[in-house]
Amino acid sequence: MKKDELLAPGHRTCAGCGPAIAIRMLLRATGPNTVICNATGCIEVTTTQYPTTSWKIPWIHVLFENAASVASGIREALDMQGKSDVNVIALGGDGGMMDIGFRAISGLWERGHNVLVITYDNESYANTGVQRSGGTPWHASTSTTPSGSASKGKDQWKKDMPAIAAAHHIPYVATASIAQPFDLDKKVKKALSIKGPKYIHIHCPCTIGWRFDESKTIEIAKLALDTKMCALYEIENHKKTLTYKPKGTPVKEYLKAQARFRHLTDEDIEEYQKRIDEVWARDFE
Amino acid sequence: MTKTVMEGSLATAKAAALCEPDMVVAYPITPQTHIVENLGKLIAQGKLKSKHIEVDSEFSALSACVGGSAAGSRVFTATASQGLALMNEVLFAASGMRLPIVMVVANRALSAPINIWNDWQDSISARDSGWIQLYCETVQEIVDTIIQAYKIAEDKNILLPVMVCMDGFFLTHVVEVLDMPKSVSKYLKKYKPPYAILDPKKPQTQGPFAFPKPYAELRKDLSDAMDASAATIKKCHDDYAKLFNRTYGNGLIEEYRTKNKKTIIITMGSLAGNVKEVVDKRDDTGLLRIKCFRPFPKKDIMNALKGKETVIILEKNISLGTSCGALFDEIRSIHCNIEDTPKILDYIVGIGGMDCRTDDIENIINQSKTKKDGHIEWLMEK
Amino acid sequence: MMLMKKKHIPGGIITDVGSTIIEKTGTWRTFKPVVDMNKCIGCGICERFCPDGCIEIKNKKCIIDYDYCKGCLICMNECPVKAIEKEIEKK
Repeated sequence: MKKDELLAPGHRTCAGCGPAIAIRMLLRATGPNTVICNATGCIEVTTTQYPTTSWKIPWIHVLFENAASVASGIREALDMQGKSDVNVIALGGDGGMMDIGFRAISGLWERGHNVLVITYDNESYANTGVQRSGGTPWHASTSTTPSGSASKGKDQWKKDMPAIAAAHHIPYVATASIAQPFDLDKKVKKALSIKGPKYIHIHCPCTIGWRFDESKTIEIAKLALDTKMCALYEIENHKKTLTYKPKGTPVKEYLKAQARFRHLTDEDIEEYQKRIDEVWARDFE
Repeated sequence: MTKTVMEGSLATAKAAALCEPDMVVAYPITPQTHIVENLGKLIAQGKLKSKHIEVDSEFSALSACVGGSAAGSRVFTATASQGLALMNEVLFAASGMRLPIVMVVANRALSAPINIWNDWQDSISARDSGWIQLYCETVQEIVDTIIQAYKIAEDKNILLPVMVCMDGFFLTHVVEVLDMPKSVSKYLKKYKPPYAILDPKKPQTQGPFAFPKPYAELRKDLSDAMDASAATIKKCHDDYAKLFNRTYGNGLIEEYRTKNKKTIIITMGSLAGNVKEVVDKRDDTGLLRIKCFRPFPKKDIMNALKGKETVIILEKNISLGTSCGALFDEIRSIHCNIEDTPKILDYIVGIGGMDCRTDDIENIINQSKTKKDGHIEWLMEK
Repeated sequence: MMLMKKKHIPGGIITDVGSTIIEKTGTWRTFKPVVDMNKCIGCGICERFCPDGCIEIKNKKCIIDYDYCKGCLICMNECPVKAIEKEIEKK
């Protein structure tokens, strides 16, 4: 077994878990001089089943919606104790960060606390059985937005969390994907080198929630990038810079690879492509 | 010590400052706001070396306290009413994680309708959250209790958060003559966290997921610590008395002119002041003030009520669905253990800031002979 | 004395960090990834993408820790030289 791994194996994430890959990549970048404040969610519940823990660095979980405010308290305490060099990370899934914990995050960004906020976005409340969240994409079928003859799944477009982060004018905002580990690594290291609040949004496919074979987690993550379903960029000094150039693969390939989009007709997919192209043009052209 | 004249909220802030918390977490809510404002002022003037964190909500206020305390720092915050209600989920996490947070609650009524005045519905509704609750009668007592609260909370065998409850407006906005200690360093040492820290040199996991068996065991430990805290509260009170020469009963309850009295009024908080004024003029009635509501000092109360004929409870809360207040329920639960069980009457008073004046109390005592055991009544303004 | 009798650190703090290693999640496997050492070039891609951190590159070869490998086969799917194949797990 590897000694330098900061997340020990034996945790109970699903086989092929995207978020688990994200956390491993994150910890490789942060190193051991880091405190993680984890919102309730898949990663929290699978890694700390009392009396065992996978975490080899200081780690705390309090509630679902307060990771950012707990992290603020930790930051101030460590600063008072002369430990300003310790990285503090507020970590959570899309439900914990984009929905229920959003107020606390906005507060942290506004206060300017030296904390890295990270969303591992697997696009649903996966831990409770895949309910729709603000991170769920348009037309995905979830357990609370099931598709049927009168429904095409979720009616709304995904919440643009990085744009909201950028609107707080914090020094660093980035998106990342587990399909691009070196890019992710670079962004985490860069974020931690900047004092102040920063945000990284990590796209991680979920085998159970998105319904694809567990061996295809990375393949799906790559497809998300190439079909423009997920864009990789950084926002610094109000300037957005793309860090990955998508191949422009038809979105159909991404949608067809996941059973959560199985109900979509060719017409729906055509409409989907149109909207993706519009959003891309709006945001990146 | 020289006497000073001070607003309740300023005295509260100064007492908290004497304890040198590493951080003060602030969010405004009437009637608490003056407390965190005054602390902010002390920090801005360089008189207190603490971090002042202005958060986005009471939910975040207590969450930041949890983070600071979990990282091994001493923390302070204050709230009231809706703020405390919003914190509810965090209250349970803070006690479950055994974090020695001290929080002042400026007691205020809960919505709806919205009302800014005093009653105890806010903190009474949080009575099962695993927080020690100490209700104070005067601003002086608030000052002394805050200092004791850190000592109690941080005791290695206790490690529980403490709510110091003060009646909104009646104590927060009153100007009182009091003794403000110059220093508490002989009484309260710098906080050294016995367990919870967040240090990369000594990594640990806090707030894990627990299956039923360890969950139940940890909750039992929490309950045991709560029970054990009664003795610690008494000891911290007595030790404080030795240094500062002020006592509040035995730290848990205060018996005032109860000797040879057949009728006892039970109440908490600043209302005890009015009751004392009434009792001073009567030879039939005494006062039992409950200072510590959690842990509930059953034995002390049982002893105090031995041989009494009538117990009149005056309480500023209603446990909806039981027709009575929480104090009545609690006293009733030990009723059968009291020798020659007395008659117990419950008066719901001061709801939403309604007056409960000395003549009201006189009337209640005078009518008590005609009332049957278990009588419940709301005192309404005419 | 009271504390010495207690089984738990107050608040359920865990100081034995990394202790999930007692959970041998390898028992979850249906398929087992098997590495052809002749084909493996030790690039480390499988190591990066393993959700369970149970792949190590030693002497430029991929070594899978079957105590923890849940058999998701991401490694097989992502291997650029197709050095990993699956076998049905024999229980």
